[in-house]
Amino acid sequence: MNPIIRFSNVTKRFGALTVLRDFDFEVKQGEKVTLIGPSGSGKSTVLRILMTLEPFQEGTLTLAGMPYHEPDGHGPFKAREKHLRQIRSHVGMVFQSFNLFPHMTVLRNVIEAPVRVLGLSRNEAECRAVDLLNMVGLADKKDHYPSQLSGGQQQRVAIARALAMRPRVLLFDEPTSALDPQLVGEVLGVIRSLAHEHDLTMLLVTHEMRFAREVSDRVCFFDKGQIVEQGEPERIFSSPEQPRTREFLASVLG
Amino acid sequence: MTWTQLLPNLIKGAEVTALIAVASTLLGAVFAFAAGIARVSGGRLLSAIALTYIEIFRGTSLLVQLFWLYYALPLIGISFDPIATGIFGLALNIGAYGAEVVRGALVSVSEQQREAAKALNFSGAHTMIHIVLPQAVIEMMPSFCNLAIQNLKDTALVSFISIADLSFHAQSLRNLTLQSVPIYTLTLLIYFAMALVIAAAMRWLENKLRRGAAFPKGAAS
Ligand SMILES: Nc1ncnc2c1ncn2[C@@H]1O[C@H](COP(=O)(O)OP(=O)(O)OP(=O)(O)O)[C@@H](O)[C@H]1O
Ligand SMILES: [Mg+2]
Repeated sequence: MNPIIRFSNVTKRFGALTVLRDFDFEVKQGEKVTLIGPSGSGKSTVLRILMTLEPFQEGTLTLAGMPYHEPDGHGPFKAREKHLRQIRSHVGMVFQSFNLFPHMTVLRNVIEAPVRVLGLSRNEAECRAVDLLNMVGLADKKDHYPSQLSGGQQQRVAIARALAMRPRVLLFDEPTSALDPQLVGEVLGVIRSLAHEHDLTMLLVTHEMRFAREVSDRVCFFDKGQIVEQGEPERIFSSPEQPRTREFLASVLG
Repeated sequence: MTWTQLLPNLIKGAEVTALIAVASTLLGAVFAFAAGIARVSGGRLLSAIALTYIEIFRGTSLLVQLFWLYYALPLIGISFDPIATGIFGLALNIGAYGAEVVRGALVSVSEQQREAAKALNFSGAHTMIHIVLPQAVIEMMPSFCNLAIQNLKDTALVSFISIADLSFHAQSLRNLTLQSVPIYTLTLLIYFAMALVIAAAMRWLENKLRRGAAFPKGAAS
């Protein structure tokens, strides 16, 4: 089967700084992949490129066979908004800082995009939203505003909001890093339950190593814009082959 | 003349002043939003047009602008009555200052909000109208309040293009009666009262927006 995500020879620069160089990376449909690695190694950049929040300079990237650059010669940089929106319709993202819309209730946060972007009727969108809010355990908070929720609750709403668009690929960029330790568990619980969704492809950047080990099909250790080592979580965590991986794991596992 | 005899004339002028102040503030808000949004997300051409407008009207004297509209527009075949000219001139002026307020508030909405909207596949227009503007408008209100009061004071200049506003009536009463002190005391008080009304109205609007958005002060981080 063709991979749903395929980076080939992708190069990404910020001015003079090259963050990804000739980057190759593939993810199969339904696969749950975790990216780990030191700060500044380019993990977020990979997710942000996939979400079309960052352009890249060279190489090709395809999502479900659709190239991010347009076939008629528009480079990835110049791809038209219409084309990018088509790609975006298959991808969702959960951010470290939740980024809920503060002027909307929880329910509005979840139904806004399905109504305005997908054109769902309000009723339909609300049904879908209530189901999702039930799934994340927050149906009783639907009329609250984000500022009235804890960080863990906000992040669970953000997950429901992303799922309401029925993405095929869901990206998580350190979803628990901004949370107080006692709130991390509730968010990981929701992500864990999503990991059982057979068709959903998940790409997760996290520093929660135990969690990564538990939910991922594959763990990729990232350093300086390259995947240094990847494989099944058991193997990566128990017998890493590369010295850099060993060093990193030793530093984070203490 | 006693104070009570002076008052009706001044009130007549105050009505004209109030009409011009309110109408030019509302029209000015339209110009401010149009130019402010064009500056932030209008593309190169629209942004340049908006910038030119803003710099011209901020950089020249309001009185000269009013004279120019009053004398020059008829020459190119456009003729408004003086009140419409006054409203239009003031609106262009307040709109230029307001555009900068709008621009500042729009860019103060965090980039993360725009990214979240993009990740949900909102179009640019949806993001502006439903995500960015509602958050930005609340930030604009205190500055808009200042501009509206400044605009009220600026309306005094329309008496130069033969509009019988409050200042005009005060001036002509003084020429007639030579009672400068009572006339100008009353005039000051009337302007002050109108400014209070504007401030109260703007505060009411701000609170309403804040509550409508259930956006407790400071929670907008
Ligand atoms: N907008 C930007 N402009 C310039 N440089 C950037 C920008 N975004 C990221 N970088 C740089 O790109 C490199 C990779 O950043 P990235 O955010 O992808 O790292 P990361 O692996 O997610 O790190 P962390 O664990 O700290 O989140 C870093 O050196 C960072 O400073
Ligand atoms: Mg990061």
